[in-house]
Amino acid sequence: MDRNPQNSFQDMILALHDFWSAQGCLILQPYDMRMGAGTFHTATTLRALGPEPWNAAFVQPCRRPTDGRYGENPNRLQHYYQYQVILKPSPANIQDLYLESLRVIGIDPLKHDIRFVEDDWESPTLGAWGLGWEVWCDGMEVTQFTYFQQMGGFDCKPVAGELTYGLERLAMYIQGVDNVYDLAFNDRGVSYGDVFLENEKQMSKWNFEVAETDALFDLFNKAEAECRNALDANVPIAAYEQAVEASHIFNLLQARGVISVQERASYMGRVRDLARGACEAHMAKEAPAWAAKYPEWSK
Amino acid sequence: MSDFLLELRSEEIPARMQAGARAELEKLFRREMEAAGVSVGDITVWSTPRRLALIARGLPQATEAVSEEAKGPPEGAPDAAIDGFCRKNGVTREQLELRDVKGRNTWFAVIEKPGKATVDLLAEAIPAIVRDFSWPKSMRWGAASISTESLRWVRPLSGIVALLGDEVVECEVHGVTSGSVTLGHRFHHSGDITIGNADDYAMKLRAGHVIVDHAERQDLIRAGAAKVASEAGLTLVEDEGLVIENAGLTEWPVPLLGRFEEDFLEVPPETIQLTARVNQKYFVCENDKGELANAFICTANIAAEDGGARVVDGNRKVLAARLSDARFFWDVDRKKTLAEHAKGLERITFHEKLGTVADKVDRVAKLARWLVEENIVTPDLIRGGASSGAAEDKHNPGSGAGVTKEQLADWAEQAARLAKADLVTEMVGEFPELQGLMGGYYARAEGLPDAVADAIRDHYKPVGQGDEVPTAPVTVAVSLADKLDNLGRFFAIEETPTGSKDPFALRRAALGVLSLIRENDLDFNIFDAIKSAIYQGSHDISEDDASGRTWRPIYGLNAFFVDRLRQILKSEGRRHDLVDAVIPEGDVGFNVKIAIASSVALQDFLATEDGANLLAGYKRAANILKKEDWLGVEGEIARTGEEDPLALVDDPDMKAVIDAKMAERHAKQLSYTPEPAEKALMDALAQSEPAAARAIEAEDFSGAMAALASLRAPIDRFFEEVTVNADEEMKRANRLDLLAAFRAAVHKVADFSRIEG
Repeated sequence: MDRNPQNSFQDMILALHDFWSAQGCLILQPYDMRMGAGTFHTATTLRALGPEPWNAAFVQPCRRPTDGRYGENPNRLQHYYQYQVILKPSPANIQDLYLESLRVIGIDPLKHDIRFVEDDWESPTLGAWGLGWEVWCDGMEVTQFTYFQQMGGFDCKPVAGELTYGLERLAMYIQGVDNVYDLAFNDRGVSYGDVFLENEKQMSKWNFEVAETDALFDLFNKAEAECRNALDANVPIAAYEQAVEASHIFNLLQARGVISVQERASYMGRVRDLARGACEAHMAKEAPAWAAKYPEWSK
Repeated sequence: MSDFLLELRSEEIPARMQAGARAELEKLFRREMEAAGVSVGDITVWSTPRRLALIARGLPQATEAVSEEAKGPPEGAPDAAIDGFCRKNGVTREQLELRDVKGRNTWFAVIEKPGKATVDLLAEAIPAIVRDFSWPKSMRWGAASISTESLRWVRPLSGIVALLGDEVVECEVHGVTSGSVTLGHRFHHSGDITIGNADDYAMKLRAGHVIVDHAERQDLIRAGAAKVASEAGLTLVEDEGLVIENAGLTEWPVPLLGRFEEDFLEVPPETIQLTARVNQKYFVCENDKGELANAFICTANIAAEDGGARVVDGNRKVLAARLSDARFFWDVDRKKTLAEHAKGLERITFHEKLGTVADKVDRVAKLARWLVEENIVTPDLIRGGASSGAAEDKHNPGSGAGVTKEQLADWAEQAARLAKADLVTEMVGEFPELQGLMGGYYARAEGLPDAVADAIRDHYKPVGQGDEVPTAPVTVAVSLADKLDNLGRFFAIEETPTGSKDPFALRRAALGVLSLIRENDLDFNIFDAIKSAIYQGSHDISEDDASGRTWRPIYGLNAFFVDRLRQILKSEGRRHDLVDAVIPEGDVGFNVKIAIASSVALQDFLATEDGANLLAGYKRAANILKKEDWLGVEGEIARTGEEDPLALVDDPDMKAVIDAKMAERHAKQLSYTPEPAEKALMDALAQSEPAAARAIEAEDFSGAMAALASLRAPIDRFFEEVTVNADEEMKRANRLDLLAAFRAAVHKVADFSRIEG
C-alpha cells in the first residue's frame, strides 16, 4: 500500500510503523492512561530495566496541561503525539536506522541540514537519565535521541536507545505548514484542527479554570495510597500505573496554579518516590529470573 | 622514523567538549610514549563532531636496547637468597657475575633489555589511552553494557584507525578493532575510506567531504559568515564562541544567510541576538548604522543541492517561532510595572538563611541610600577619565550632574527596589542572561528617570575583570550596595569561598567593589559599609546575635579584600607585596583608596636610589635590633603584657604611656657627646618624623615618602661612621634606641619588614 507521508499525518505515522516493524520492532499501541511523555509507557520505563532484549515502537498521546493555549497558539498543545522507539540493547547502527526512518517520511538529508546536537536527558520523577542529542532538521528539534543510563535509580544493563519523534512538528515541517491545526490528518481533506481544535479549547479551559482542585488533591492522595497498596501486594506494574496517575494529577494541579514553589519540590519528591518504589519492586520481582537467564547481568 | 596516525571515531561528540578532548588525547599519548621510552616530537591533534585524530611525526621504529645491572647478595649467602635474586631478575645462576664491592665478593645480574618495536608499544598504548580517557560525561552502550564494567566513552566509540607509517597498528578495545578504514561525511559520502598513512589522511577525508582540522573549519566559518553578510550589504557581528561551537557541530561547514520579518526588530535587540545565538547557534548582522539587522546566519553541515534555499527557509521558520515567543514575553511583561513585578520577589528564596529576594532588595535599598547619605557616593562622582563605557552614558550624559544629594538618595533607593524585579518577568525567566538589561528596558518603557533605568540595567556590573565599571552615581550606589550586601551576608553565615568553590561569586563581588571604588575614586572604609550592610537588616538579627559571635565571621572579609586587592595590583604589573606593608594587620578594615595610593607611592619610592638604600638601611637596623633583642620603647611597654607589640603602637589607650616614656627618654641628657653622624641622624629623625606624620594625615603619600627619603643619607652615614656596639653601655643603649626610633619612624609610613626581596 502506498503511503503519502508528505501530505498526511496518519500516513507519516503508518510509514514509521512500516519502517520500524521491518526492523523487528513490536508495534505497540498507546498506553491507556494520561501521561506527560512517551517515556512513561511501561514499554519504555519498565522494559528499560533488566537484561532482556526489547525492541518496540508506538505512538503515545502526551498530556501537558500547562502547555494548553486554548487552540490559539500555532505550535503549543496540551495534547499531542510522540512516536517512541526503544531498542535494547542499543544497536551499533542505531543512528543509521534513525536517519533511514527520516528518509522514509520524506526528509532528504542532502536537501535538509540534519544535525546531532548535544542534549542530555534527565527525569528526576523517574530517577532516570541518559546521554544523547536533540536531532535538528534545519535548526528545528525533531527528535530526542537518548541512550538510557539509569532508570528508577538503577543502571540500565544493557543500555537501551530511545528515539522520541515529535510527530506534529515533524509533520508541520514535512507538509510545509505553519499552524498545527492546518496539518492534513489524512489525504482526504480532514485537518488536524478538524480532529483536535475543539478538544484543545475545552481541555485548556478545564485544565486551567474548571478542574475541581480539592478533588484533584484528593485524587493525588488516593493514587499515592493505592500505589503503596499495590506495592504491598507485590504487583509493581499496578503500582507503577498509580505513580503515572499521581504524576498527571500533579501536572493538573500545576496548571490550576494551586501549588506554590515550595510545595512543588515536595510533590515532585512524592511522585519520584512512587515511581522509584515501583521500579524497585519490579526489579526485585524479576531479578532472580533475569539473573538465572543472564549470568553476566548480575555482575 | 615513521609518522603515526590515530583516529578515534565516535557518534557526535558535544561541541563544547572537543577542545578538552584534543588536549586529553595529546596528554595521554605523551604519557604512554614516555612510559614506553619512545621519544615523541611534534604532535598534531584534530577534532570533528565524529572523530578525534592525532598525528605524531617521526617516531623511531623501535626503542633502544638497554643493559641494566642489579646488585645481589654477597658470595656465600644462603641459596634461597641467591635463587630469589635470580627469579626476581629473570636470570639463571650461571649468568650471575661476581664483583668486588668494598672488598667483598658480591653477585651481580646483568639484564639485557632489548629494544621494542614501536608498533608493539603503540598497540599496547592505544587501549590504555581509550580506557583512561577522561570525558566530562561518559556513557555505556550496546550489548556489552549488560555489564557496568563495559567501556565508557562520550558517545558510542565506533572505529579506530591506527597506522604507523603504512602499517596498521593492530589492537582491540572492548570489541572495537583497529584498522585503516574510516568513514567520510555522514551524508555527502557513502562507503569506506581507506587511509594509507598519516600524510594522506586529511586529504582523503577532504575528498570524503570532511575537513578534519577544526581550525580550518573555524576559519571557513569566520570568513564565510563575514562574506555572506557583506554580500547582503551587512556587517557580521563577530562571535568567536559561535565560530568554535559551529565548527564543533559540522564536518563540512557552509554558512548561509537568511532574513526574518522586520517587525521583530521592535523587541530589544539583545533578546533577538540571544535567541539566535543560544537557541539556534546563529550569527547576527548589523546594518551600516550599527543597528541589528533582520538577518541571521546559520552554519549548515551540508552543501545542499539547491544552494541551501530549503535549509535557510526551515531555519527562518524556527527563528520566527522563537522571536514570536520573545515578542510575546516583551508584550506581556510590559503590562505590569516593575514595582508590580517586584511583589513576586517575595515568593523567591534568596538563600535559606538569608530570606527572600524581597528581603534582600529591602536591605540593598537601605544601604544604597546610606551610601549617598554618608557622602560615600556623591552627585559629582563623574571623573574626567573616559575609561569606561558606562561612564559615557548614552541615554543621559552626565546624569549625576546638577542633582541634589536628596534626589540622588531617592533615585538610588528607588533603583535598588526595582533592580531585581525583572527576575520574575517572562523574558528573564526564558533568558536569565538578560537580567538587569531587561529591567532597564522595562523601566524606560514605563517612563522612569534615565538615571534609575540605567542603574537597574547596570547594577550587576562589573561582572569580571575587563568589564566596564559603572560611574553614574545612582548605578554606583546600587551596584556597591548589592555587592556589599552579598559579601557581608554570606560571610556572616560562613558561606565563604573555598578553593575553587565560590558558589555565590563572592570573589567577583569583592573585585567589583574594589573596581567601583578605584574607578570612582571613592573614599571610605569598606568595613564601615559592610557593618552598615549587616546591621541595617533587622528581620533576621536577634539582639544577642547582633553583638555576639554570629557576625564575627564578617571580619574574615578584611583579609579577603586584601587578597583581591593584591590580585588586582598583580594583574596590573604592580608589586602586590607592598599592599601588606601599607595595610594594618588585624581586623580593622582599611580604606582602599589610601591603600592603593600608598602602595603605589611606596613602589615608586622603592624604585628610586633613596628608596632602595633606605630599605637596605632599614633592614640593617632591623637585623641589629633583632640580634640584640632590642625592642626599644615600643617593646618595653609591650613586655608588660602578652599583646602584640605592633598593635599597641596604634592603641589610643597606650599613646599616653608611650608619649610619657618617650619624653622621659628624651629628657635624659646624653652623658657623652654624640658623634657627628649620630647627631645628624637624631636631627633628621626629629625633622622627618613629624613631616611624614603630617603628610600621611593629609593623604599625601609621595610627601610621606619624601620625608622618609630625607633619612637615607643620615642612616647611611650613621652605619658608616658609628659603632653601635660601643664598649660603654650608655653609648650602646642610646645608639640601639636611635635605630629603634628610626625603625618606628619608617613604620609610621609603611611596614618595611613586610616588603619582600
